[in-house]
Amino acid sequence: MKVTSNQKPVTRKKSKERKAPPLKCEEILCAGFGGQGIMFMGKLLAQAALLERRHVTWMPSYGAEVRGGTAHSMTKISGDYIAGPVISNPSCCVVMNYPSLVKYEGKVRDGGLLIANKTLIDKLPKRKEIKIVNIAMTDIASRLGNVKAANMVALGALVKKTKIVSKASILAALEEVMKNRPELLALNKKAFEKGYKAVHST
Amino acid sequence: MRKSNQKPVTRNQKKKKINKSQVENLIFSRPRSMRDVEMHYCAGCGHGLVHRLICETIDELGIRERTIGVAPVGCAVIAYDYWDFDVTEAAHGRTPAVATGIKRVRPESIVFSYQGDGDLAAIGTAEIIHTANRGENITVIFVNNGVYGMTGGQMAPTTLAGQVTDTTVEGRNLKRDGYPLKILEMMAVLPGAKYLERTSVHSPQEVLRTKRAIKKAFQTQIDNRGFSMVEVLAMCPTYWGMSPIKSADRIKNEVSTFYPIGVVKSY
Amino acid sequence: MKKKILMCGNDACGEGAVLAGCRFYAGYPITPQNELTSYMSKRMNQTGGVFIQSESELAAINMVFGASVAGARAMTSSSSPGISLKQEGISYLAACELPAVIVNVQRGGPGLGNIAPAQGDYFQATKGGGHGDYNMIVLAPASVEEMMTLTYEAFDLADKYRNPVMILADGLLGQMMEPVSVRSSEFGVRSKKYEKPWALTGCRGRKPNIIRSLLLAEGALEEHNKKLQEKFGRMRKAEVRYEVSNEKDSDIMLVAYGSCARIARAAAEKARSKGIKAALLRPISLWPFPSDILGELSGQVKNFLVVEMSAGQMVEDVRLGVEGRAKVDFYGRMGGGIPTGEEILNKIEALA
Repeated sequence: MKVTSNQKPVTRKKSKERKAPPLKCEEILCAGFGGQGIMFMGKLLAQAALLERRHVTWMPSYGAEVRGGTAHSMTKISGDYIAGPVISNPSCCVVMNYPSLVKYEGKVRDGGLLIANKTLIDKLPKRKEIKIVNIAMTDIASRLGNVKAANMVALGALVKKTKIVSKASILAALEEVMKNRPELLALNKKAFEKGYKAVHST
Repeated sequence: MRKSNQKPVTRNQKKKKINKSQVENLIFSRPRSMRDVEMHYCAGCGHGLVHRLICETIDELGIRERTIGVAPVGCAVIAYDYWDFDVTEAAHGRTPAVATGIKRVRPESIVFSYQGDGDLAAIGTAEIIHTANRGENITVIFVNNGVYGMTGGQMAPTTLAGQVTDTTVEGRNLKRDGYPLKILEMMAVLPGAKYLERTSVHSPQEVLRTKRAIKKAFQTQIDNRGFSMVEVLAMCPTYWGMSPIKSADRIKNEVSTFYPIGVVKSY
Repeated sequence: MKKKILMCGNDACGEGAVLAGCRFYAGYPITPQNELTSYMSKRMNQTGGVFIQSESELAAINMVFGASVAGARAMTSSSSPGISLKQEGISYLAACELPAVIVNVQRGGPGLGNIAPAQGDYFQATKGGGHGDYNMIVLAPASVEEMMTLTYEAFDLADKYRNPVMILADGLLGQMMEPVSVRSSEFGVRSKKYEKPWALTGCRGRKPNIIRSLLLAEGALEEHNKKLQEKFGRMRKAEVRYEVSNEKDSDIMLVAYGSCARIARAAAEKARSKGIKAALLRPISLWPFPSDILGELSGQVKNFLVVEMSAGQMVEDVRLGVEGRAKVDFYGRMGGGIPTGEEILNKIEALA
């Protein structure tokens, strides 16, 4: 009996924004306070990758840290079989508050990307060998009327910067999970767009 | 003589030549729900009486073919050898949990558990409290003889203060061994418990009262009213170290003064 | 094309049970399997089944005992400390020949331990964690998809043999989300119905049924044990499951199960890309253990490397299977530690 992968080879949606999607395993770690939508952000990313028929795993933070300190979620997206869902050195890390920056800045792999929430982090990240994006996610969300949408601002920036998944996939995933809550859907879409526009693609 | 529809033909009938209606009124026959086997219980033990009362009740209510019993661990562990209807065993004290599983799967069945004071009031305290508190529509027959018979007469939670047992050789010492547990009174505060009564089998009058209580408890279940339980004070001459007659007197004079006989709660 | 949806392992396990016709669930919350209890509470309501949040794991397994006595397909789940409490009930289920499915989403131990993934309950699951001579089929999923499919199969196996079946997962598999194929219609066709003339349903039109494990008559319990052993023998013959790749062309054969096997597989592939002939044998049934294939492989493989999230438990079964015909090495992490691909690769390179 041969080990069989339960997914077909990657067939990606045609998208103008994505020219050469990475085949390597992308490891995205999202961290912040409980209530900042950390789990949702990672799940949405996973859902979007699933729409693109790619291998994906998602894992919530486990441990007593769920209460109080920082929460994090780990999303792996790959063109191939994924070994385990746990991420030690993310290729991309979103930190939504200061404790998360302290905890994860050093773990981002060299050449990786760190997206920080300027609103809640007044100190700049120190690492030189990683790319850093610093945007005021919470401020932007607040101007849209709901600070809770800061996670979508972050996701907008992340998608624009990394092209891990296409913008269309994220929007489609959003529509799917929020089909019964049109107001929330509209807000989240708007927040995503703001984040998307806040950074330059690389 | 295993089938109940056989007429109760007895020696008495031949000897005294009494008429048929008198036979029905007077002759003591084996209930249909009871197997025609010898019991292993000691002379003067209360279990045999209570087994029989349950079987009479099941016959009279016409529920034998939809009754499922759950036997305990303790002296009554092989109750299924005496009852002629569906019975399962259960791990020690988990009897009400097993009964819960059966009743939830088969709400149309009449499910009862039969438990001693170790099974119900010690190792199975959590199960009995929570089963009552969920208001499970089952019936529990709790036989309280204040001692662990099966294992050699050790102290039970219901052993009276000062009572000598295998593990309280100088009498139950409240400082060392804690207090006798009035489980029925504890359960009275649970809204899920609908019918709770304490009876005894130390005299013919009390046996009849126990029968009425058991019948009411089963009727409570048949009427879908919720959890019902009868605590029966019973004799254990062997481990009380006294004759059956003295054991019956002990219930009357001692045990029932601490565990008062009567309805504790009724819907 | 099958539709794929993202599900966490605990939910997938619950759905597998529902699809298999499980209509009774009793459980007590414990991390990292809480999603399963919550999922069953929702799904039992929707399917007209019974859900009970019990007062303890003891009560839960015995409620399952009762439901099984009454003929229902029943399940309980917990994580390591809670599974310890269920051992008494599992022994009774096996003794009384009652089908039931028990899910263990393992966490770090011993004691209260932690809530991170672990595989320290292998001995408890496969060697009979409760008292007496008994065995149960133990299935080890390695993906969210398998959390669903193996749970589904567990119900058929339980009914087929009238024996408890355990799903031995871990916190990683329970918590992680992965795409799962939704193929309920396919399941529906495969699902088997087993007659249960032994169940307690009330004795209308038949002799009373008795379910018991207390056998005091001279020799009766030994006879009962012989009957059970004969049954376990049939399980040993028919229910071995495993996956193996590149078995004809390997010097180093990794042996790992559950989420650990995923990491080991990737490490073996990486080693192969570096020119080391490594491969993976993944036992899916931990009891019965795939000893025969180990015997076969030990003729050609130089070195076995067992990787576990424990101090080394399955490695003993591997050694029994290999019978000294090849070297058996071990790499493990304990207390919630998860082996990394690099750690395993280093070990492989050291052996090569």
